[in-house]
Amino acid sequence: MRIFGVLLRRELTAFFLSVTGYIIIAAVTLLIGLSFVVLITNLGTDPSPMPVTEMFYRTYFFWLIVLLAAPIITMRLYALEKSTGTFETLMTAPVGDFQVVAAKFAAAIIFYIVMWLPMAACLFIVRHLTSQTRALDAGTIGGMYLGTFLVGCLFLALGCFASAISRSQMAAAMISFVLGVSLFALGFLAEAIPVVAQWQTQVLSYFGLFEQMHDFARGVVDTRAVIFYVSLTLFFLFLTLRAVESRRWR
Amino acid sequence: MNGNTMIEVKNLTKRYAGRTAVADISFTVARGEIVGLLGPNGAGKSTTMRVLACFLPATSGTARVAGYDVFHESDEVRRRIGYMPENNPLYPEMRVREYLRFRARLKGLGWRRSRQRVSTVMEQCGLGDMGRRVIGQLSKGYRQRVGLADALVHEPELIILDEPTIGLDPQQIRAVRQLIKGLAEKHTVLISTHILSEAEMTCNRMLIMGDGKILAADTSDNLQRLMAGSSQIVAEIAASAEELREHLAQLPHVAHFDISAVDGTFLRCVLTPRDGLDVRPLIWLLARERGWLVRELTRSRHSLEDIYVQITKPREEEEEG
Repeated sequence: MRIFGVLLRRELTAFFLSVTGYIIIAAVTLLIGLSFVVLITNLGTDPSPMPVTEMFYRTYFFWLIVLLAAPIITMRLYALEKSTGTFETLMTAPVGDFQVVAAKFAAAIIFYIVMWLPMAACLFIVRHLTSQTRALDAGTIGGMYLGTFLVGCLFLALGCFASAISRSQMAAAMISFVLGVSLFALGFLAEAIPVVAQWQTQVLSYFGLFEQMHDFARGVVDTRAVIFYVSLTLFFLFLTLRAVESRRWR
Repeated sequence: MNGNTMIEVKNLTKRYAGRTAVADISFTVARGEIVGLLGPNGAGKSTTMRVLACFLPATSGTARVAGYDVFHESDEVRRRIGYMPENNPLYPEMRVREYLRFRARLKGLGWRRSRQRVSTVMEQCGLGDMGRRVIGQLSKGYRQRVGLADALVHEPELIILDEPTIGLDPQQIRAVRQLIKGLAEKHTVLISTHILSEAEMTCNRMLIMGDGKILAADTSDNLQRLMAGSSQIVAEIAASAEELREHLAQLPHVAHFDISAVDGTFLRCVLTPRDGLDVRPLIWLLARERGWLVRELTRSRHSLEDIYVQITKPREEEEEG
């Protein structure tokens, strides 16, 4: 546990001491700001029955942020250490592979949460200005954040895996971007193919990330979606662990 | 294996996809020794070290450090070694003291102990006032010292240094070498290099590798003795050429000789003795008997460089991937 703490601290330092970290935060803040502008404009024009969080989600900047930010956050984690050789010093210290994987993932998650903080400010402003508690209750905000967190876990785990199997940061980012977009697109496939085989569409519908997140944004927490995200996250973390261990059996 | 053996490598083989980097090597290193691992690029030095440092598994064979198997008890082994890989990789964005504290904590030192040890090794490695400097902005020499300090910080029993002086200027090489020599009192050191003079100066014993095999393993004195069979005697004697030739031909221990004129009355004889025997006294006795003047009588010892070149020559160099 102490080793985990030491590693986590080092990874967080790397995030917050690097220019990349601040570029990501700045870019995400810009995108959140843009969606906020769209949101305010929509709120100003016609009345809507939707919760504010759902409107926020429907500006589509959400997926742009997740799909772009996750590969950039995670690309550094293993690929950079491998290309500079620090992976060798790291793994020849008495640390467990599991501790390394867990610490790197935890650091990525913490950075991801920090990255989303501006959204909280936006929601707070909306709440303050509208003075309508119904537009923004704790349930919808909670749902939105839980969804954002779970989606983040999944895409960051995917990014960790991509980084663990590549030697260059660029390759890692591209692999995780392609994997991420494919996963995201898989959900739309269910709608695209006609109902020929029941089970196939059913399986595909589990991958409907867009719809699941839509539910979260409305404040609806579906256990199936939670289990889906958690298990897929664990699956990719397991693959990451195997990739880190692979030097032992290659 | 007794308590005095630090490293015990038995029939170690490491194959990378389609290429054998280390082929069936065995050696032992006793506690307190400084052992140099020599060889041309691609001889398998780094691979051997990586296996010992538990970074790569062996394809076959075993390696034990302080009695622990590097594969099955890698945690115990890693706690006992300080390893500095080739090119000394560091985190460039961290500050020196911050990095060393991180490494100390990672290697299991407590908070107070790590502060203490970091100060000690910084002093030891001549990093006294560099604590606040960012590693990425340090000169190569200082970075090397940071790497060394990292290898030392948890007081390991065995220190493995892969090319610790590569890319340094002579002044820095000397400083690093001095540092390594100083370590010998408390630690066992395995150091790889392809610079011979370095190994000659720092190491008690040398393992010469080539093509994944150990070609020779001994102290530098013994290695030189080993090669003495082909050493030569040079004598400069003032005598007539015929007389000299006649008498030298009668010496039973001289296998072969050459005579050439140097200046004035002196002749230069280059003798090859039989069985590596030292025939200098015989030459001197002969000269005294005949009343010749002798102004030089030396045995040319093979330098380590000759030995190295001779041992590694017939094999083709192969770049390590």
